[in-house]
Amino acid sequence: MEVLIVSLLNGLVYGMLLFMLASGLTLIFSMMGVLNFAHASIYMLGAYFAFETSRLVGFWPALIVAPVLCGLIGAAIEVWGLRRVHQNGHIAELLFTFGLVFIIGRSVQMGWGMLPEPYRVPALLDFPLFTLYGLQFPAYRAFMLLISAGMLGAIWLLLKRTRIGLIIQAALTHPGMVAALGHNVPLVFTIVFSGGCLLAGLAGVIGGNYQSTEPGMADAMGPIVFVVVVFGGLGSLAGCFIASIVMGMVSTFAVVIDTSVADLLHPLGITLHNDDLLGEILTVPVARIGALLPLLMMVLILLFRPRGLMGTRDT
Amino acid sequence: MTYRRLLPWLLLAAVATALPWAFYDWGHHRHAGFIISMMSQMGMMTILALSYNMLLGQAGLFSLCHATFFGFGGYAMVHLLNAAGDGSLPVAIEFMPLLAGMSALALAIVFGAMATKQRATAFAMITLGIGELVATAALMFHHFFGGEGGISTNRMIDHSLFGLSYASGIQVYYLIMAWTFIAAALMRLLTITPLGRMANACRDNFERAQFMGYDPRIVRFLQFSLAGFFAGIGGGLYAITYEIVTFDAVASPLSANALLMAYIGGSMVFAGPVLGAVLITLLQSGVSLMSNSWLIYVGVLFITMVTFAPTGLAGIILAHGPIWRAGRLRRLLLPYLRLLLPGLAAVAGFVGLVELLSFLTIGAEQGKRLILFGTPIYIASAVPWAVASALLLIGGTWLRKEARRFASIWETVTDDLREART
Repeated sequence: MEVLIVSLLNGLVYGMLLFMLASGLTLIFSMMGVLNFAHASIYMLGAYFAFETSRLVGFWPALIVAPVLCGLIGAAIEVWGLRRVHQNGHIAELLFTFGLVFIIGRSVQMGWGMLPEPYRVPALLDFPLFTLYGLQFPAYRAFMLLISAGMLGAIWLLLKRTRIGLIIQAALTHPGMVAALGHNVPLVFTIVFSGGCLLAGLAGVIGGNYQSTEPGMADAMGPIVFVVVVFGGLGSLAGCFIASIVMGMVSTFAVVIDTSVADLLHPLGITLHNDDLLGEILTVPVARIGALLPLLMMVLILLFRPRGLMGTRDT
Repeated sequence: MTYRRLLPWLLLAAVATALPWAFYDWGHHRHAGFIISMMSQMGMMTILALSYNMLLGQAGLFSLCHATFFGFGGYAMVHLLNAAGDGSLPVAIEFMPLLAGMSALALAIVFGAMATKQRATAFAMITLGIGELVATAALMFHHFFGGEGGISTNRMIDHSLFGLSYASGIQVYYLIMAWTFIAAALMRLLTITPLGRMANACRDNFERAQFMGYDPRIVRFLQFSLAGFFAGIGGGLYAITYEIVTFDAVASPLSANALLMAYIGGSMVFAGPVLGAVLITLLQSGVSLMSNSWLIYVGVLFITMVTFAPTGLAGIILAHGPIWRAGRLRRLLLPYLRLLLPGLAAVAGFVGLVELLSFLTIGAEQGKRLILFGTPIYIASAVPWAVASALLLIGGTWLRKEARRFASIWETVTDDLREART
């Protein structure tokens, strides 16, 4: 029981972190048809900027400074890079962001070295919020939940209740018409791209000290975020939210389940041994293949729903 | 006509055959090991890049799991060689890459059936997921993949068509070259089959291809499976060469490498990826020895190509063909020379800044020191930084100006050609 509740909370925290990254990715994709491969790299930059700022002036300013820096970088990428390659088609845009992954990844290694940075949780939040069945729940995770839930609300309000949101939503589906009505559609594109990068940066600020701030964090986070976006359905924010939470739960719960398929078959009188490939697959405990589960789930959903959970359009 | 088309390939084959002997150490009767292993690598990478281009260039599919099939072919090859080694598989080693290719084909059919349901962006993401899936599985399952240590084998199975033992690198090198040329020829022939043509059609306008009664999904699926087959052959050769296959052969950096080679070489020309594979392998074995940050150079080169030269190096070279045939290449000579100086300055400045920065952090950790032309450079002083920044800034601005001039000259030359033709 205690494992269940603690895992549920941890899964929620991780899922919300995933959603902060995946939502920006989805917004950018549904607007521009471009999948930003460098999104996880921006997340990493956010963590490093936050580390640097918190070393100089403290964690709370970093919460503002790092996302803004990431947003500015995003705007620069859109204005000077993507807009230029846009005429060469979508594949060129994908390739462009893919090239950025190398450059950002390597720049971070050059700027901060290969070792993990000591980016720590601020002292103000470094205490256990409550103790549940002897297991402590850190206050910082609650803070992460607060930030991500706040962000979720803010996005929703921005998109559904403001004029800018109206224009953004219109530009998603009818860019030509929106331009004809006198709105600056390229500027809207820049705002969306930069906004997505800002969210990734914010995720980096709160995720950097939750996980660890190291040059490999983009490669570790990248695939799972893309899996979330595919699983939820490309271009669907609601699907993206569900997928994030599901993936967060799956990744967290997998770690604590120490049974395997063979253990389930055991009561039926079937005993399996770990002496060939099939036997190994069936006897491996779930905890060991935790990293594999989200990917398997993606493959499964693609078999039955090629557009993802709530995807509405093909690309 | 066919003869003239064949000529470059024959020349390339002749060079590939003769080049190891140019570095032969006659004094010690020894081959230059470094050259042989680098050229073997080039052969494998050529197969990888060419098969990747069946997707990127010919079908317009941006795949991120190509190393999956390369690596799977490699793992399959190790198991095949082990089976042959204990006598349970009576197949000559020369034919084994074909079997490795078949194994990769089987995997490509399974994953292709899923991935090719989508195209463009969704396809790219699904292949990313598939690549990660196999790479993660390779670390977890020990019976087939051997976990982190990988699996090793012995290529001297004593069963060869020509009675060769494949104990020396040069014999393996010629085996690789033979297979590289066979695979390249097959892939070239595929481009002129109806499948190859339909792949091009689906790349350019998949809706129109659909209206004509073709199913773009089937075209994508066939193209994807066959690309996996050829990649598997490359992987089989990889296993023969190194006699060990680890997680690196299926991991995403190799997929990215395939993309870089195909794109930088030129994805719109069949031979482009060959150029890219040779160039990137040279860079990898040359620059990566000298510099910590060779990936950043490749990344910048890649982004520059995506932005300014989407046709790749081969495309740039081919664009000069008509001008050369008209005898107007001389008019471009001076503009090119004028580009050279600011170009060199900008590159030198950029490289300087990157190297200084990397020595400040990574180099310091490794205890290395920067030595340029025999003089140690003190990275703590401001002078090298100022020089590099100035070079980059001045060279960059100058290059911009010259590039504009060059573009206008290029336009007049090509316009003249067009007028001369009409």
